[in-house]
Amino acid sequence: MAYLELKNVCKTYGDESGDTEVLSNINLTIEEGEFVAIVGFTGSGKTTLVNLINGLIKPTSGEILFKGIPVVDTSHERGVIFQNYSLLPWLTVGQNVYMAVKEAFPKEQKSVLQKRVADYVEMVSLTPAINKRPKELSGGMRQRVAVARALAMNPEMIIMDEPLGALDALTRGNLQDEILNIWSKDKRTALLITNDVDEGIYMADRIIPLKPGPNATLGPEFKIDIGRPRDKTALNDNPKYKETRNAIIEYLMDIGEQRKSVSDETYELPEISPKSFVA
Amino acid sequence: MKQSITLSKITQLMGFGFLKPITVLFSGKPQREDFINFLKKIIVPLLSIVLFVGIWQAGASALYNKEANYKIEKALADQGQVAADEMKACIASGEISCQPNTLPSPAQVWTSFKTLIKDHKVISADKLAFKEKTAAMNAKRVAAGKDPITYTGRPSFVDQIVTSLKTVFAGFLLALLIAVPIGIVIGLSETLRSSFNWLIQIFKPVSPVVWLLLVFMIVKTLTKDSNSDSAFIISFISVGLCAMWATLVNTAMGVSSVDKDYINVAKVLKLGPMQKVFKVILPSSLPLIFTGLRITLSVAWMVLIAIELLAQSPGLGSFVWEEFQNGAIDSNSKIIVAMFIIGIIGFLLDRIMLTIQNMVSFNKNEGV
Repeated sequence: MAYLELKNVCKTYGDESGDTEVLSNINLTIEEGEFVAIVGFTGSGKTTLVNLINGLIKPTSGEILFKGIPVVDTSHERGVIFQNYSLLPWLTVGQNVYMAVKEAFPKEQKSVLQKRVADYVEMVSLTPAINKRPKELSGGMRQRVAVARALAMNPEMIIMDEPLGALDALTRGNLQDEILNIWSKDKRTALLITNDVDEGIYMADRIIPLKPGPNATLGPEFKIDIGRPRDKTALNDNPKYKETRNAIIEYLMDIGEQRKSVSDETYELPEISPKSFVA
Repeated sequence: MKQSITLSKITQLMGFGFLKPITVLFSGKPQREDFINFLKKIIVPLLSIVLFVGIWQAGASALYNKEANYKIEKALADQGQVAADEMKACIASGEISCQPNTLPSPAQVWTSFKTLIKDHKVISADKLAFKEKTAAMNAKRVAAGKDPITYTGRPSFVDQIVTSLKTVFAGFLLALLIAVPIGIVIGLSETLRSSFNWLIQIFKPVSPVVWLLLVFMIVKTLTKDSNSDSAFIISFISVGLCAMWATLVNTAMGVSSVDKDYINVAKVLKLGPMQKVFKVILPSSLPLIFTGLRITLSVAWMVLIAIELLAQSPGLGSFVWEEFQNGAIDSNSKIIVAMFIIGIIGFLLDRIMLTIQNMVSFNKNEGV
């Protein structure tokens, strides 16, 4: 039995002007311990897909099974790292993490919980900032808090919605390694949503492109056959890496071309020329 | 240097940013720009005060002359030349009985202010003496199960300010206790919000006077068989009912428009309904709630005067009204004193609320 299974999942958003099918016929199977990346263009329905798997929204049709049981609500078993950190600005770093921990382990004693908070804040190396509020932190630090918050709840599966999208390249690299570390340490299952093919190849076992919406659906999967731990610098010279990367990018480019050719609208540009101040 | 940093922070937080040039001037080494800043932010505003007083003085003396001429002409028309000359001499001599009654000059207002303070000292001394005199007798009366004798002399200006402040705080507290919980409940439920919207929209613009009459109708009956201070009760309830709408609307809006990200966090963490309200929804709507409370307090202070005036509650409102009815030579200047006091207290109350509001506020994008 698959760990997480999506069967013919469709999601439509309706308004007065009619329904828009954002996701159509999504079929996805993730095995326990796997690291799967879904790569797609911006606005292709990635966040909708994540929210479906989280249980934040319900599919219009189709089924989502988590360990064989349909997903109807959010669960502590599936930890989420949101795209925009979503920290509560009136709480400190420690309080933000503590709130999550307290919900995940309601029966534990306060001292045990606090120890846990301290451990996870330490893990993302934010101990000096534990009493600071989100506004005093940089973007990378905030994202690390979000990572600590999600992981401190000890979820079986980590779902990441473009967690590193807003970060600079250096911080991004560091956090990628941190997430990989945590994932490999106790072999959790991970689903990464990203728009960065390189990030996907570096981190995941499988990459599945998402054809852009409306009517977004999953494309053919690409297996990443590169041994772990992967070395970022060595990766560039790895022929397998190049091959996979090219294949995925070619596929995405093709979709992009198709998308362009679908819309045959022409835009008339206004006739304007720079004004001359000399004469 | 550290102290000056905290000092400037405090002034900034309280909205007294305009005092910053002074703190800069007296801490550390002032630069040339600091002096220019000082000139711009302190000297020019001071000059504007001088200008204001000057225009006031000129206006007051013009009105004084007009009123005096009118009086002399009236005497001439009614009683002839002799009476007119007498009136002229009388006005010039400063005799109280024939002074023109018009807008008082700044100097007169200042004198009235000092008179009111002196008056307050006399009355307080009187009160103290009364208390000492009746202390022994009151002790006996209380022991015998009777009510103690209380001072029933007229209240001083300061006493009236205190009464007004008490009324406004009681009203504000009432508004807070009614509006915040209802606002939260309405904000949480779309159904309740749309079903109570008509009530809010209709009652929000109702004039303070009408609220007073409504409260009067109810409280009059309720307090018939008790000897409680119904004027105070009526005025504070009316103030509360008039002023609570801003808080009600803001609270409902704050609660209903909580950032979707925070709601998602609450869902993913699986917070219970109570937890969700108290740990996520309330903290995130606090800034809007406090904005509402700030408006409520300033509205409360504004309507208080009108309500006290009608409810005969012994506060600043009735002070103004009594002075107007009194028509003594310094009544007009006492009214102007009250005007300034009302303005200054209103300003201070607003600053207190602004300080609290700034302390609980956070930037919406801080956690994102």
